[in-house]
Amino acid sequence: MTKMMYRDAVLSTIMEEMARDPDVVVLGEDVVGGMGTAGGPEAIGGIWSTSTGLYDRFGPGRVIDTPISESAIMGAAAGLALSGKRPVAELMFADFIGVSLDQLWNQIAKFRYMFGGKTRCPAVIRMAYGAGFNAAAQHSQSVHQILTGMPGLKVVMPSTPADVKGLLRTAIRDDDPVIFLEHKALYATSGEVPDDPDFMIPFGHARLSRAGGDVTLVSSGLLLGMCEAVADRLAAEGIGCDVIDLRTTSPLDEETILDSVEVTGRVVVVDEAPPRCGLAADLCALVAEMAFSSLKAPPQQVTPPHTPIPFARELESAYLPSVDKIEAAVRRVLAWR
Amino acid sequence: MQLSREALLNAYRAMKTIREFEERLHVEIQTGEIAGFTHLYCGQEAVAVGVCEHLGTQDRIVSTHRGHGHCLAKGCDVDGMMKEIWGSREGLCKGKGGSMHIADIDKGMLGANGIVGAGAPIAVGAALASRADGPGPDGMKVAIAFSGDGACNQGTTFEAMNLAVVTQAPCIFVFENNHYSEHTGVSYAVGTNRDIASRAEAFGMKAWRADGTDFFAVHETMREVLDHVRGGGGPAAVEFDTERFFGHFEGDPQRYRGPGEIERIRAERDCLTRFRNAVTAAGLLDHGDIDALDAQVLGTIEAAVAAARAAPRPTADDVLADVYISY
Repeated sequence: MTKMMYRDAVLSTIMEEMARDPDVVVLGEDVVGGMGTAGGPEAIGGIWSTSTGLYDRFGPGRVIDTPISESAIMGAAAGLALSGKRPVAELMFADFIGVSLDQLWNQIAKFRYMFGGKTRCPAVIRMAYGAGFNAAAQHSQSVHQILTGMPGLKVVMPSTPADVKGLLRTAIRDDDPVIFLEHKALYATSGEVPDDPDFMIPFGHARLSRAGGDVTLVSSGLLLGMCEAVADRLAAEGIGCDVIDLRTTSPLDEETILDSVEVTGRVVVVDEAPPRCGLAADLCALVAEMAFSSLKAPPQQVTPPHTPIPFARELESAYLPSVDKIEAAVRRVLAWR
Repeated sequence: MQLSREALLNAYRAMKTIREFEERLHVEIQTGEIAGFTHLYCGQEAVAVGVCEHLGTQDRIVSTHRGHGHCLAKGCDVDGMMKEIWGSREGLCKGKGGSMHIADIDKGMLGANGIVGAGAPIAVGAALASRADGPGPDGMKVAIAFSGDGACNQGTTFEAMNLAVVTQAPCIFVFENNHYSEHTGVSYAVGTNRDIASRAEAFGMKAWRADGTDFFAVHETMREVLDHVRGGGGPAAVEFDTERFFGHFEGDPQRYRGPGEIERIRAERDCLTRFRNAVTAAGLLDHGDIDALDAQVLGTIEAAVAAARAAPRPTADDVLADVYISY
């Protein structure tokens, strides 16, 4: 095991997979930086430092700096994937899916189905998401609820450096298109990461990060850590929480959620995306449909309100889920009679 | 450069196959047997064939909603396409794609596309794959983005042209200006009217212009374009001035056409007639050669329609197949 930061787990996994497979190519805005050709002192290596050194090692054929043209980035990833390559495209901020959506939604996600299963589209689209930096409405969003609703895409939301390593390797080696969502607030977090060069985590397998048995908390990404904090706080009172890290929202590990709820009878889904037609509502519906007789309390959602993301510190704090909000929801389901 | 007799016969057969494929669909669609939206390529055959006759399987193309001609010219199977348009599970895309989504990756045909302007960025990606692989014995593999005058107004097309220039990707943007973006004339919808090529030049690439109803002009122009791109000269663009004989979609009442316009373009700007006149006048082929091909092609289309009608239908279970490779 090696201790490393979340962002370094991203970079090292891409580096290792590029070394292993000559078909892996990287493209995006500022993934080289500077003059886009030198990789020298002017180069930035991605604004999240997730492509630093790739250009120097693999050269311009495989590390492609692009203009600020998100449709072209996504479309080029589509064309590369249809032409035998394994593109790893970086969309600098998840919010920018808006300018590139056709290529994701109507092209990449649908090729295999529209073409009768006669092609594969092994594209990985990485994007930084999430609030907490007062970056306001266009640089803070969580977009997984939009992308998870698109058949043909797989959607991954790692919460730890080890999961980045295992899930990103799976994503790059996967023959289907994968959206890889990296939370901005997690980039600088650290954790132990397995050294096995083939360490992979299969999609659709959630992780039980805390086992309690009284209430089920389901989350992913940054908020997973808040759920764990709530679980640790309540453990001192003798209340046991199952905390489930979804890891992937498409495919979805329904079994782990339902198995837990059948024991606890109480579920709180915590999600950073807006509430309407979202992941939290989807999971509450799943539990209501499939585990109704086990329920001891109505499923609860902890999400931001149905508003854009505000700028000012006080407003953003009020907008986001928090440890206190999650704890209050847990206490609500525990107190339900 | 003079084409061989065999090359001339192949080119005519390819153009005639597209023509009869589309003319037959025009008739069949009116019976209600074919579902969905269909956009016919009649009138533009010289472009698809004049471009694709230069290409090998390793070269890739990305097509449009009006894609049957590009598919056939790039080597897609006539029966497989007809079955796809009929919605059979034996269709080229198992009945999942239909007219607007025919693809055959193994043939280098990366898909017709229902979204106007979506193809150009995908073609740049295919060209970047070629660039990563480097030149082969015949120079760089190229990628062709077929676009209409409608797509030339999409931002995706601009983004793609700029990306191709900055990466020097071996991509060729083929603009087929048929004078109508759906139902709106280019004189209104395209700020540069009949000069789409100048837009490509403004992005920093070399561009050509030619009469898209003259097979020989298309073919000769593409020879120059391909020499430039395969030789490492970077991306290029060509604007072909062409004609669309039918409406935007089948069922389009075409009230926007001028009086006698369709009759005039069919009489004066039919690429097949022009081809026949040119080769017979030059003594390269005689009318008998061409008449024989006409009969042969009609037989091919008749057989394809019969096969499509008889082909097995998909079942409800097929809905779930092929969303993912593994899930």
